[in-house]
Parts: sequence; structure tokens; C-alpha cells
Amino acid sequence: MLEINDLSVSYGAIRAVRGVSFSVGKGELVSLLGANGAGKSSTIKCIAGALKAAGGSIALEGKDITTANPEQVIRAGLATVPETRDVFPDLTVAENLMLGAYIHRRDQAGNRQNLEKLHTLFPRLAERSNQPAGTLSGGEQQMLVIARALMARPRVLLLDEPSLGLAPAIVERIFEMIETLKKSGLTILLVEQNVNQALSVADRAYVMRLGAIATSGTAEEIRATSDLSAHYLGG
Amino acid sequence: MAFAIQFVIDVLSLGGAYALMALGLVIIYGILRLVNFAYGELIMVAGYTMFLTSGSGLPWIIMAVLAVGMAIVFGIITDYVAFRPVRAKSVTAVLITSFAFSNLLQNAALLFISPRPRNVPLPDIFSQTVSIGGAITPVRNLITIAASIVLLAAVAFLMRRTTLGIAMRAAATNFTMARMLGVPANLIISSAFALSGFLAGVVGILWIGRIGTVVPGVGLEPLLVAFIATVIGGMRSLPGAVVGGFLLALIDTTLNYTLSQDLLKFRDAFTFSLVILILLWRPEGLIKGPASGQRT
Repeated sequence: MLEINDLSVSYGAIRAVRGVSFSVGKGELVSLLGANGAGKSSTIKCIAGALKAAGGSIALEGKDITTANPEQVIRAGLATVPETRDVFPDLTVAENLMLGAYIHRRDQAGNRQNLEKLHTLFPRLAERSNQPAGTLSGGEQQMLVIARALMARPRVLLLDEPSLGLAPAIVERIFEMIETLKKSGLTILLVEQNVNQALSVADRAYVMRLGAIATSGTAEEIRATSDLSAHYLGG
Repeated sequence: MAFAIQFVIDVLSLGGAYALMALGLVIIYGILRLVNFAYGELIMVAGYTMFLTSGSGLPWIIMAVLAVGMAIVFGIITDYVAFRPVRAKSVTAVLITSFAFSNLLQNAALLFISPRPRNVPLPDIFSQTVSIGGAITPVRNLITIAASIVLLAAVAFLMRRTTLGIAMRAAATNFTMARMLGVPANLIISSAFALSGFLAGVVGILWIGRIGTVVPGVGLEPLLVAFIATVIGGMRSLPGAVVGGFLLALIDTTLNYTLSQDLLKFRDAFTFSLVILILLWRPEGLIKGPASGQRT
């Protein structure tokens, strides 16, 4: 479904990602783990088209999207939820969601249907429809950003650190929701620092360190790897 | 009473024109975080289009529509010539390219038309006066007020109710995120330039309607006014630009009414002093724009 081959990303002279390869199969939930600065977010931004690749290739359903810009990537069926939780703060919740469906703006009936579905999944968003998104709590904003990405009806969803800075109870709910999405057949790439949470929902995982893949395997295998904490502590 | 009515009409007509000018500038700034220094020349383009079509025998309203149309076209050309090739690479470069484009247009007008003022055709109604409650006021002031009400309402509708407008507001806070939702960057920017050109065109006709002539440097004062109004109002807020425009008009008109003849030639010095005071009090402008936002 999503194939990353020998991907490199540079910021000027600094190589943040060096020859990373991994794949996400249809309906799979794959987690990309690693400490701060391991290159996870750069990888995500590059797949989303927000950063240019310095080398390697990205393919979505067999189609090459390495040089695609962000607006082409979403049209190809891949939606991204960035770690910065980018709601449009002065737009209402409803307007945020409406923009999520920008690429389907000619299919209003389909959008309404999708919105109803999302409103049952995220009842808080329905209640706060007419409120500016900037007035929502962090957890609600995270739900809004995920719901907005789903309005594009993607086949692959990239989630960058959905638990970042949220209270444990809310993190719990977000992960429940990620499981629901997975059960619905959505292909998901989940970037996380919260290793235990991520491994509890993931089928497989890759661990990044210093811009490269250090370990990979099924969730159980990764959990069993004793040196996982070493990757995080830089040992 | 007559005095009060006169004062209100003056403030509203000047403020309406200022607000529209400021709005045209801030629409670009909001999305690109770049000031379009060639903005004043769009007003000049509208003026010269009126002058060049004046011998054609077309009805005035058609000439006016053509003038606004040309301002829109030149707005979009500004994007293609001065912004698009360099905007992702360097802010300094865009400052220079937009200045250069401004100079190019001014010099083209000097060279191919004339450095001397040229008459712009105006319908009779622009030079008529009307008496309201004892106050005698030019009809064009009332036209300016009406036009600014209609246009401000239209812009508000566009920005709040249409997908394009909402996408433009989203792009103004977080351009990259808007693109990640599939909003095409170039479409949004070109639309912003077209809207900016449209406002400049309409303001151009109203502005030049006060003087009746067009010169190559006619756009300088509107650019300055728009810039100050947006700074007072808050560089990134559309309502801020409107508030800033009306406030600046209130200051200017009040000074016009109260300063003695000797002091009147220093009016701008008084205006700017007040602007400085406002900025000391509210450095970010009266209305704060959307919180975050990085350049593309």
C-alpha cells in the first residue's frame, strides 16, 4: 500500500533521514517509533509532500509520489495528521471539517454522510460545531484534526504523535479510536514516542535511530527486544 | 447638526476608501506574510485604463468595469512576475521584486503616457453636490460610502460563506496545513491577488474621482494609507484592516476640522504621532490576527 524505499531527507547540510526503507500493507497499522530527533517527523513530512526528499522513493498503491506536492498527495489518497496539531484556530469546528473535505467539495451528499459518521465517532465535535477551533481543549483539537483528515476519505492515514502533550485519559480514548479506525479497514502509519501505547495497537513496528531504521518486527517482537529503551536513551 | 452630519459623511467616505485599500493589502499579507509594494500601481492601472478608454465613446460604466478588470489582471500579473518565481526562496528577494515591479509600471506610465496629469472621465454625478440635513456634500462621497458598504459586505460574505474564502482564511493561518488538505497553493494566492486587484480597481476609481486626474505616482498615497491602516488595525486581521482604515480616516478628518490653517500643512505629522501612540499602546495593532502561522 505504502512503500518507502531508501528515503533520505536533508535540512541543508544536515541529513535528518538516511536511507530509510519500510512498508505498510493494506489494512495494516504500522508504528514508527524512536526518540526525539530520530527522524520520524521528517519522514512523515516528506511522505506528506511538505518536505522534499533528498533521495529514495515513496510509492502509494504502486504510484510514485516522491516528488508530489502536499495537494497531490492527499488527492492520491494519503492524509496526514501532523504532530503540531494544526487546527485552523479562528475557523469554526464545522469550517475546519468542511476544509477537510476540500478535495470532495463537489460531492456534498457524500460529505454530509461522512460528517454524520464522524459526528457519531466524535460526539464532542458535533456539540462544538460552531465554536472556533482555537477554543477547544488539546484533546478535542486532536480529535478535530483526525476527523478533518478523515473527511478527505483517505485510504492511508499518517498519524504523527497523536498522544503528544495530552492527559493519559485522553490518550486512552485517542488510541481506542485509532483501533476503531483500524477495524474499519483503514491503513495507518502511526508515529509515536509512547511506545507501549503504540505497540498495543500496532501490527508491526519500525524503530528509528539517528535517521535510520534500527530495528523492525511485529509488535510482540519489538516489545520483547530488550534494548528498546537503549534506542530511546541514546545508549 | 449640519456640522455633525458633514463630519460623519466625511469620516465614513474617507474611511470606506481607506478600509478598502487596507483590505486589498492585508489579503495578500495575511496569506504570504509579504507586503505587495506594487499595490499602489494597481490603482494607477485603473486610472490610466479610464484615461485610455475615455475617447472610445463607451458608456462610463463599461470604462469603469474595464478599469477594475485591468486592475485584477495586473494584480494576477504581479503574482506571476514578482512573487511566484521567488516567494518560496527569499523574503528579501520578494521585497525587491515587488518594488521593482512597482517601479517598472510607474516608469512605463511615464514613458508611454506622460509624467503630466491626465484627465479621467467621470460621470456628472461625481461633481454634483447634495444637501442632507443642511450639510452640503459631494455626491461622490455618498457613492464612496455606498460602494464601501457593498464591497465590505461582499468580501465578508466571500470569506465566511464560500469554500474559496474559508480556504483563504485557513491558508492565512497555516499555509502548509491547508495544502495538506488539498487546497492548491497557487489557486489561493492567485485568488488573493485577483481580489486585491479588484479592491484596488474600485478604490482607484473612487480615489481618482476625488482629483479627476491620474499621474504615474498616484498609487503612492493609497499604498501608504493602506499600510498605515493595516499596521494600526493589526497586520494579519481582515476586520483589523477595516477598523484601521476607518480609524485613520477619523484621525485625518478630525485634524482637518480642528487644525488651524497654519498647522494644516503639518497634518500628516500629527497623524503619524497619533499612530505611534496607538502602536505604543498596542504594538500588534488593535485586532490581533490568528495566533500561529509560519511563512510558506
